[in-house]
Amino acid sequence: MRRINTILVLLVLSAIGFVMSLAVINMPEFGDINAPIHMHVAPRYMQMSYEETGVPNMVTAILADYRGYDTLGELTVIFAGGVAVLSVSGRKRK
Amino acid sequence: MIDLLPPNLPYFASIALLLIGLYAMISKRNLIKKIMGLNIFSTSVLLFLIAMGYREGGAPPIEAEGVTHYVNPLPHALVLTGIVVALALTSFALILIINIYKEHKTLDSEKLKNL
Amino acid sequence: MNPVVIRTITRVLVPFIQLFGLYIIVHGPVSPGGGFQGGVVVGSSIILVALAYGLDDAEAMVNHRIRIIMDCVGSLVYAGIGLLGIAAGGLFLQYGIIPLPFPPARINNLMIFLIGSAIGVHIMALVLSLFLHTAKEAEVDD
Repeated sequence: MRRINTILVLLVLSAIGFVMSLAVINMPEFGDINAPIHMHVAPRYMQMSYEETGVPNMVTAILADYRGYDTLGELTVIFAGGVAVLSVSGRKRK
Repeated sequence: MIDLLPPNLPYFASIALLLIGLYAMISKRNLIKKIMGLNIFSTSVLLFLIAMGYREGGAPPIEAEGVTHYVNPLPHALVLTGIVVALALTSFALILIINIYKEHKTLDSEKLKNL
Repeated sequence: MNPVVIRTITRVLVPFIQLFGLYIIVHGPVSPGGGFQGGVVVGSSIILVALAYGLDDAEAMVNHRIRIIMDCVGSLVYAGIGLLGIAAGGLFLQYGIIPLPFPPARINNLMIFLIGSAIGVHIMALVLSLFLHTAKEAEVDD
């Protein structure tokens, strides 16, 4: 019974791996300069972030100035995680 | 001979990590090993995001004089958010496992199914 | 292992680890780093004290009230800077318009530095809270 379970799990996992490999082979080449991901909003961040924000580090400028609302939401998510951990611990047994 | 390797080889590393994480979540019986599989799974997705943002011959995304060819900085910002969310998820799951152990004195998922 | 060796090395190393973490937080806008990474490094120095000396000594360094105050101050400073943008006549989180006597690019630089420091304090208090509460729950009572 355990052997049939193991063979079934390995069969499902290899089917998932095969389908994902077919999708990955048809992606643009690794390290391509003109891939569609680098064409829409990233050139503006790369060229004009030092003049508009005055901060040399582009990743900090994106996280705190261009996408500052997402960072505020992430602080709320991790604050809620901390409150959840504090509420489950520290109860006294009867 | 080296042309027999499939193209886009770095993406296959993240697919391999994804399959390892799925196998650990499905087929191990201890609860802590299942949570480790969840952590490996989320790491593989973040690795795939960073691998997509590489440009050939690019410099690190810090403004320097005389450099005009940078790596795409947008996936780095998304992955920083993803790491913090995975931290909160793993710690909450671990404290729930501690409370399950105090209540039932076992961590085996086969025995916990028959409650 | 001999506890004397571990305790001596911990006593020597902890100030340097905290100074390095503070360096990573403060140099956020200039070099790789920022609030998230520096906060975790400073928090891990107190986890080292907890592993070498026991949980009660680490809890005496940062007690429950200080951790909760640092946690709330981080989020409130971030939202407060966003509301300053509305008070100056713009949109939420638009902090190029605040009337300070600096040129506009310097105001942006100052606000990004303040936001990074608030994020660092928040993450440090949270990592310590998660570790200390989980370790106290898992103490074996036999």
